[in-house]
Amino acid sequence: MASIGFGAGDPIIVPVSEAPEDDVAYETPHVSSRRRRVRWWRVVVLTLSAAYFFIPLFAGLKFALQGLNGHFSFDAITSLPSAPGFSEAFWLSIRLAAATLAISAILTVPTTIYVHLRLPRMRRIMEFVTVLPIVIPPILIIVGVLDAAPLWLRASPYLLSLEYAVLAMPFVYRSLDAGLSAIDLKTLVEASRSLGGNWLKTMWRVVLPNLRTALLSAMMLTLALVLGEYTMASLDLWNTIPVWIVQFQNAANGHIQVAAAMLGLVGTWLLITLVVSLDRSGSRRSRRRTGKL
Amino acid sequence: MAFQRMKVALVAAATMSSLTAVTLTAASNSAGAATTVNWAKVQHLAASGPTSMAALVAAAKKEGKLNVIALPNNWANYGALISSFQKKYKIKINSENPDGSSAQEIQALTADKGRSTAPDVIDVGTSYALTAKASHLLAPYRVATWNAIPASLKDPKGYWFDDYGGYVAIGCDTAAVPTCPTSFKAMLSETKAAGYKIGLNNSPTTSNSALAGVQAAALANGGSLGNVNAGVNFFAQLNKNGTFVPVIANATTVQSGATNIVIWWDYLQAAGISPALKTWKVTVPSDAALGEYYTQAISASAPDPAAARLWEEYLYSVKGQNLWLQGLARPVELAFMQTHHLANKAWLAKLPALPKGVKPVFPTTAQIAAAATVVTNTWNTQVGAG
Amino acid sequence: MTDHQIVTSGPDAKVSGPEVDVPSFRAPLGRVLRTLRVTLAVVPFAVYVFLGLGIPTIAIIWQAFHDAQGRWTMANIHVALQGSYLMGFENSIKLALLTSIVPGILGVFLAYAIEASRNSFLKRLVGTASGVLANFGGVNLAFMFIASLGATGVLTGWLRAIHLDPWNFGFDLYTFYGVAFVYMYFQIPLMVLVITPALGGLRASWREAAQNLGASSWHYWRYVGIPVLMPSVLGGMLLLFGSAFAAYATAQSLTTGIIALSPIQIGALLDGNVISNQVNLGYAIGFGMLVVLTVTMILYGLVRRRASKWLQ
Repeated sequence: MASIGFGAGDPIIVPVSEAPEDDVAYETPHVSSRRRRVRWWRVVVLTLSAAYFFIPLFAGLKFALQGLNGHFSFDAITSLPSAPGFSEAFWLSIRLAAATLAISAILTVPTTIYVHLRLPRMRRIMEFVTVLPIVIPPILIIVGVLDAAPLWLRASPYLLSLEYAVLAMPFVYRSLDAGLSAIDLKTLVEASRSLGGNWLKTMWRVVLPNLRTALLSAMMLTLALVLGEYTMASLDLWNTIPVWIVQFQNAANGHIQVAAAMLGLVGTWLLITLVVSLDRSGSRRSRRRTGKL
Repeated sequence: MAFQRMKVALVAAATMSSLTAVTLTAASNSAGAATTVNWAKVQHLAASGPTSMAALVAAAKKEGKLNVIALPNNWANYGALISSFQKKYKIKINSENPDGSSAQEIQALTADKGRSTAPDVIDVGTSYALTAKASHLLAPYRVATWNAIPASLKDPKGYWFDDYGGYVAIGCDTAAVPTCPTSFKAMLSETKAAGYKIGLNNSPTTSNSALAGVQAAALANGGSLGNVNAGVNFFAQLNKNGTFVPVIANATTVQSGATNIVIWWDYLQAAGISPALKTWKVTVPSDAALGEYYTQAISASAPDPAAARLWEEYLYSVKGQNLWLQGLARPVELAFMQTHHLANKAWLAKLPALPKGVKPVFPTTAQIAAAATVVTNTWNTQVGAG
Repeated sequence: MTDHQIVTSGPDAKVSGPEVDVPSFRAPLGRVLRTLRVTLAVVPFAVYVFLGLGIPTIAIIWQAFHDAQGRWTMANIHVALQGSYLMGFENSIKLALLTSIVPGILGVFLAYAIEASRNSFLKRLVGTASGVLANFGGVNLAFMFIASLGATGVLTGWLRAIHLDPWNFGFDLYTFYGVAFVYMYFQIPLMVLVITPALGGLRASWREAAQNLGASSWHYWRYVGIPVLMPSVLGGMLLLFGSAFAAYATAQSLTTGIIALSPIQIGALLDGNVISNQVNLGYAIGFGMLVVLTVTMILYGLVRRRASKWLQ
């Protein structure tokens, strides 16, 4: 991290202020007016963002909830779960997501923790390596992979999982990196080891619980990626949910296509919210168990 | 005593086994010819014997499945073709990547080689079939009704053969547009005030039908099938007038009102837009009637060669051709069927009529390639801003 | 972060500081072995990355320099650098630059606005929504915008009712800037995703300290906030650049090729229905994209090093 400019160590808080009215008020008018100005600016940003993101969603939903005659109707949405291929596509996407998470858990997570612990100089290289998936566009990755992969791999949908784990690397690494920088990894590990824990126990009961937020964030991002990735899945000829949604494009009823797209979007968001809310319930449980934060 | 019983048992066993052996040999001798037929090398059916239709059906049923690719259900009535084939022969059809492109079909032939899910047959633009033939990806096969296919629409050795086609047509929402244009020239004369929102179904560098639309526009504006600058300029003028909407036009954009006029194959509009909009009218332009056929071929490395050949026989039977007709596409054997009164009259009557006084033209692959080159070089500079 | 040096007694003692002395004649060997063992742990990861990324890259490069029959040729590269393909590179770079810088900055502001609010529900909503929207795009996104801002769109209708029809003011969704406007829908969430952890690292105590030392808001940002955030912001913009550069389905759905963009041209050659025999040209364009992105990464590294020095 760049140096702050105050010098090393936490700055000392000096309760000094120039304004004469300060003697009584905790917040000076100067500070509170700044806070008011900041609040107003935040409202503008949030309102504009809400408008930008919600209006297209509203337009899409409005179209999806229309019947052929133009009036409000749930027909398009209710016809989806029974539409051909939906359950297979859904199940395939879930399996791919699970496999991708497993690969990330086995490969990226331990390596990141290990690099943070033992090879701090490699952090720079790791950062570079984990940005590489951005350098190669997915359309080229899949075309190159299909060109080079052996048959037994090409025949399996889990080839996609292997590539998704690569695509997810930047996000997983960044999440973990931020989480690891926030905790004092070396101290924790040494304390645990010196108290007699072996490596497995240290990881499982000391390090990983402290990384819960980062891990869940990484998991959420990976899930979102797998459930939203279209280019590679369609070129590899597997019917994942995003691919299944697009195949309605040629259907004679546009409402169904848009309904499928909206369902995919909202469904993914709900699933991810579920995953993230595991964090809050989990930490509450552990707090209760130990009796302290 | 025991030895006597054993002797009887031994003799009985010997007789049984020799009888069974004789029967089995006899059976295998008669079926032996069928089980040793390598269907991947069969180029046409014989009237009888190991490569007859009956043998083909048996072999295909034994294979049990057929892999097709890039066949949307509402494209030229493929949905009905697939389900009726499955019902008739009890062979399961795996329809992969229904939204795929011709390029993806050819790629699947090489990338999926050896996979049991590799495509058995392909249905692609003719230039792709030619490229695939040059890359030795196709197996030659001549269907039973081979002579009913016009000579210009098939490979003489049977590596590929056209299947169905249609004409570039102008579809229009009669409820949203006051006067529907029935020719390319009519589309030019209006400005945005007239409410025209004209769309193509994709970029002409990507989509066959869009390129055909440009060729048809070229024909209508004094150009030719190969030199399509006039067509590109046509769309440039539409864009300048503000009447061209460069999105991917389909049922969704029509239903939402983003486009109210679409230039697309007549049969795809009939299946893809008309069902959604009762007021959708499809007409062949009065100043250019451009038709084009798609092409069938069998993969040289098909995992189910017998089923693949049976599928082709089915498609080119009267029943199959009429099912394409039901999808308002013109099957390749239509001329033959009309002469022999085999075409379904009701569906024939539903085909969009060719306007009077226009001679239909069918571009060759060379002309299509030339048009593609012109469009690639000029589309984004002329029509777009660069 | 301060350094901790814990020295404990006992056989399991591990020291995080300088290396412990080892019997002299085995010192070099021990060190080598230890380094080897330590680096060995990252080998699986390295192998995986090589297989997952390296092999496709090699395949692309190989195909770009060979023709359909497998013979070496420079012709594809030559064609890829001319005419509408060259324009494709120019447009793609311009679009990627525009939609990495503008949404990048907007994303930082949005992330800060969210982070500064104390509403944890809002934070969670934005966190999960960003994850989903960053991976959204293509046909569906294009339609949502056509349905809102197209000629018959929902928003267009509302604005027309108050006589503010954007189309009358020259707004056109189906142009370069229209596409850029739509790209923000997944670029801003991507930036929010990247910058939120970094914002979390901006301690409140620093702000309070700065205030108490008399620093104005501007001074705080100039000497504390921006230098701390700059690496993450630049990193985020690099991610955004890559994401926009490679995006294909969205632009295709909105403009179907009237704007030359490299991914769309690759799509037409590798995944289309018209041009059947120029597959290697598609790979050559892909190779060009790889070169652009590599150059961008190098520039990013340079800028980041320079920026951190400049803001010191």
